[in-house]
Amino acid sequence: MSKWQDKDMQVIIGNLLRGGVLLSTAIVIIGGIIYLYRHGGQYPEYKTFHSQPIEFRTITGIFHSVWEGRGRGIIQLGILVLIATPIFRVAFSVVGYLVEKDYLYVAITLLVLCIILFSMLGGKAG
Amino acid sequence: MTIVVFTSIVLAGAFLAGLLGSLTGLGGGVVIIPMLTLGFGVDIRYAIGSALVAVIATSSGSAVAYVKEGFSNIRLGMFLEIATTSGAILGAFLAIYAPTHLIAIIFGIILIGTSAINTLTKKSQTPDVNGSVLATKLKLNSTYPEGNALKPYGVHRVWGGFSMMAVAGILSGLLGIGSGALKVLALDNIMRIPFKVSTTTSNFMIGVTAAASAGIYLYRGYIDPGISMPVVLGVLGGAYVGSHVLAGAKSNWLRAVFTVVVVSLALEMIYNGVKGNI
Repeated sequence: MSKWQDKDMQVIIGNLLRGGVLLSTAIVIIGGIIYLYRHGGQYPEYKTFHSQPIEFRTITGIFHSVWEGRGRGIIQLGILVLIATPIFRVAFSVVGYLVEKDYLYVAITLLVLCIILFSMLGGKAG
Repeated sequence: MTIVVFTSIVLAGAFLAGLLGSLTGLGGGVVIIPMLTLGFGVDIRYAIGSALVAVIATSSGSAVAYVKEGFSNIRLGMFLEIATTSGAILGAFLAIYAPTHLIAIIFGIILIGTSAINTLTKKSQTPDVNGSVLATKLKLNSTYPEGNALKPYGVHRVWGGFSMMAVAGILSGLLGIGSGALKVLALDNIMRIPFKVSTTTSNFMIGVTAAASAGIYLYRGYIDPGISMPVVLGVLGGAYVGSHVLAGAKSNWLRAVFTVVVVSLALEMIYNGVKGNI
């Protein structure tokens, strides 16, 4: 019986994942159109690596550039949604295992979540 | 070449990569990196950043289909994600300090290695119902649908599989790939799980693994919106068409051709890495 509950939960999570992908695709398309409209005639320079400016690589910076209506900021917001989708899946699984009272897997899933969140912080600290 | 032209060509290339990757089951992200670096002279760090984002997109987008088939072992996937996410963080930090030509060489070698695994892995084996003691403690043994019945299977050599998953995670974080082939190798050959369960559980894990290193890549400025936009949209579109519209068109012939393309791209990456062009 618990197997089927497990599967039901996973189907819900799977649908949420697909929703996240669709949402991020829509945001990236909007940002892409604005970016191409404004910069489409310029020449790209990707041969040498310059790290992205701060407004395109931190969460606050991305939100700020979206607020200013910048195309590349909106694209980065879409990519942020995309990165958050599987993390959200892990977080939602914690709730699922709590409902099933499977505390071993509540602990394992929380550990995975902590590792991922550490990477978000580690990126800044390192 | 203006940005509009660049975006259109990358979009078309990424669409083709996603289409072939989905039809052959070899994954589309792997050809994105050589396409951008060899074809457009894009710095490999931008290429890795955009490929990683494409990997997350295809993995999350196909999760529903895999879960509905009932083959994935969710608990096993979650347990092994401890190894893959830790590995991915380590890999992403290695990528920051490793010289780019070395990354290109490693990328080429891993690409050839995984193509060999995909070609040579044996796909049928009779599962042993009784798992190891640790597997039983962790509730990893499960069932999968065969015909109308649910067939039980046991999980073996948990730590062996766990270690292999850590390696898969490091490579995923270092090279911006899903390392699906290595994950299947760990599940299938080491932990002796039925092949169908290995492939679906692996796909399920890829997105979470990639998300762990994507945060670091984003903050380090590897994810360029101008490149990621056409790559993500192209790969997703190609994978969608491949799995929904042309679902019946899988052929060994296509798979063989794609493997030849991947191996020759890998050799060119190694050559350029050794020459110091990348």
